[in-house]
Amino acid sequence: MFAAEAAETAVSWFYTHAWVIPALPAASFVLILFFGKRLPFKGAEIGITAVAAAFVLAVLTTFTWIGDVQAEIASHEEGVTTEEHGTTEGGTTEEEAPATSSEEEGLSSGEQAAPAIPAAEEEEEGAHATRGAPIVTERTWFSNGADTFRIGTLVDGQSVMLLFVVTFISLLVHVYSTDYVHGDRRYTHFFAFLSLFTAAMLYYVLSSNTLQMIMGWELVGVCSFGLIGHWWEEKANSDAALKAFFTNRVGDIGLLVGMITLYFASGNTFDVVEINSKAISGETSHTALLVASLCLMAAVMSKSGQFILHTWLPDAMAGPTPVSALIHAATMVVAGVYLIGRLYGVFWMGLSIPGSSINAMAAIGAVTTVGGGLLAFVQRDIKKVLAYSTVSQLGYMVTALGVGAYTAGMFHLFTHAFFKACLFLGAGSVSHACHHSFDMKADMGGLRKYMPKTFATFIIGSLALAGIPPLAGFWSKDEILVGTGVFPGTDGNGTYWMPFIFGMITAGLTAAYMTRTIWLTFFGEYRGHAHPHESGPRITTPLIILAFMAVVVGFLNLPEPLVSTLGLPEGWAIRFEEWVEPGGIASFPAIGHASASLPLALLASALAVLAGFLAWRYYQALYAKDPHAAEYTDGLRSRNSLAAAGYKVLDNKYYLDHLYTGIIAGATKGPIASAAYWINQNIIDGIINVAGKFSVGLGRFVYHFIDQGMVDQAVNASGQTASGSGQFLRRIQTGQIRQYATLMFGSAALLVAVFIIAI
Amino acid sequence: MYLNQFLILAAALFCIGVYGVLARRNGVLVLMSIELILNSVNINLVALSAMNGDVAGQVFALFVIAVAAAEVGVGLAIVLLIYRNRRSIDIAEANLLKG
Repeated sequence: MFAAEAAETAVSWFYTHAWVIPALPAASFVLILFFGKRLPFKGAEIGITAVAAAFVLAVLTTFTWIGDVQAEIASHEEGVTTEEHGTTEGGTTEEEAPATSSEEEGLSSGEQAAPAIPAAEEEEEGAHATRGAPIVTERTWFSNGADTFRIGTLVDGQSVMLLFVVTFISLLVHVYSTDYVHGDRRYTHFFAFLSLFTAAMLYYVLSSNTLQMIMGWELVGVCSFGLIGHWWEEKANSDAALKAFFTNRVGDIGLLVGMITLYFASGNTFDVVEINSKAISGETSHTALLVASLCLMAAVMSKSGQFILHTWLPDAMAGPTPVSALIHAATMVVAGVYLIGRLYGVFWMGLSIPGSSINAMAAIGAVTTVGGGLLAFVQRDIKKVLAYSTVSQLGYMVTALGVGAYTAGMFHLFTHAFFKACLFLGAGSVSHACHHSFDMKADMGGLRKYMPKTFATFIIGSLALAGIPPLAGFWSKDEILVGTGVFPGTDGNGTYWMPFIFGMITAGLTAAYMTRTIWLTFFGEYRGHAHPHESGPRITTPLIILAFMAVVVGFLNLPEPLVSTLGLPEGWAIRFEEWVEPGGIASFPAIGHASASLPLALLASALAVLAGFLAWRYYQALYAKDPHAAEYTDGLRSRNSLAAAGYKVLDNKYYLDHLYTGIIAGATKGPIASAAYWINQNIIDGIINVAGKFSVGLGRFVYHFIDQGMVDQAVNASGQTASGSGQFLRRIQTGQIRQYATLMFGSAALLVAVFIIAI
Repeated sequence: MYLNQFLILAAALFCIGVYGVLARRNGVLVLMSIELILNSVNINLVALSAMNGDVAGQVFALFVIAVAAAEVGVGLAIVLLIYRNRRSIDIAEANLLKG
């Protein structure tokens, strides 16, 4: 219809220039490094300005995106029913599926053909709405023979959502940090790394090909290493940084192998859209997809703290609290979840998600939810409780993606980012008040009287995390449970019993351990020796903003039955799903959507409330007897041997650290090392000795026969020849002029004779 | 013209000169013998020039005389230096280049 023009105008400036968003904090990193220390606020102002600018751009991009998606939906609805705006809006939509733009000032970046819906198919089923097709802006990076590698940005619902989350939380964390790490010896360095981290995460989020994703992924890992080890003077902190880095390296191998597999399996392309399209259309072999998915799952396990590679995440709490909030709760650890979402076509086909009852991703996620939740019970350190809670919640997200509930997983990522950042920053505020201790049992208790704002926001965050309606966590968790497709009347993409049961258990566990944490921190008598006080406005303001978000963001994705039951405007339902999940495009699988179930929501909420209530009663009873009870006993485990055994397992974190350091590393050090030594001494050295002896023998032979016998002889002979001929010729050289003259005249006479005879 | 007589004279002078160069040990006599050789050539040049009616040969002879004068100057200087060093002008003794 309005072919080229419509497509040109449809691509907003914010999409083609999305690269500016990561570029801002990246520039800030460089500026802070070079000039930070000389500035009045030691570089914090640069970081905050850059991230704020990035946030503004991200918000504008988000609104542009939402507007475009709404227009697409509206045009489809109108296209079916009326003709009113059909011409202009319809034209936009049809052209937007392959919408691709190249940089105006680009060198020679050709148009990159984003796989589009075949036009014929779309005309056949006009009612089938396409929305949210990724918009790729690329230019040639380098080319090698026939293979051209591109670099660019990919804007779609998922990346826009992450852009918003990362810049929003990063901005709040920057502001919070100005107070929290005030007076730190590496204050400027800290802000530089926060900026670099933000840039790396945004770069990762906007990657249009898997090569860029690997770069962003590794950059994020490096920043994480730097920030966990921010206070590296203490060995525990640098050990934690190394542990995080090495554990991530394990998964990175999976990432590399998986990406390379995908590259070759999809016909030499790194392009995300193309890989997904080929996977979904069946062009890529299922075996390759399966191998790639499993390798990438290893990467997800390490980065997103899935069982059994989650062990680095709690130790990563050694970093400053704002870092924990930004990296290890809200943004970096979701990189793995984001990876699944980004390559969802690959996982969808590779792991055969639809119509089955279990797969590797769902199983790992389910085990992680419960495993992380249980571990949260035995922690004394408030941040470690939250860390294990993060592990557990990441398990939810992976479960959701594993059972095919894409929107539920992404929505949980979205809501979790806000309430978990709120909780982490709250924990930082608490510790700020208690002499920088995180020990709930020794140094906290009764803090609600001293820090009302922190208390209130922490409660809101905890309720959201525990999934108490109507806070954010309730909606997203409920969607995940619905998405397993087990509960009667939900009808998802399969019947995933195990994830469902584990998810329900975790719903209870979450409420219970958060109740324990709140009780130990804010209720009872104060057990520490400091003089707790409320934190300053630069700490409490981000908390209040995040708590507010934790309340409201859940309403973005209200289930349709609820909206119709309560008589709310129809537009309020499944907003998030429409904005984030693409529909009817080739690079995204056709996902079945489970329908919400009121009994299930009531059941899960009741479970959470009940678990919270029981935990509350338990701790109330325990502390009624003795306000310092927790210092020396936890009550239950001193009376019940089963509980004691369970505690021991949990206290040792399922012995996973023992497995890694003791058995795997120990075996490497011990038997394997001595075996390697024996092989080294006896076999390799033997081979080397034989080779050496042979070389010596060969050398001797060469010396005696070739060097001495032939080469030297030749040299000597030539010398002797020269000497002999010289001896002969010196007889002519008498010094007698007359003799020379004789020779000269004789020769001349001879020549004359020759001439005369010859002529 | 009796060209042959001149040529025979020149050849005789040449042979005497060559003999002098080869046989005499006195440096001055060797130089004088060289003069004989050069002058025998000059006789040849002039005789043949006269026979052919071309003055180029005579001009050439003048050149040879000039060059010979220079040669004698250099040669006598050498002989003088040999005499100063060795108190003798016997060229058989000047054999430092003997190999």
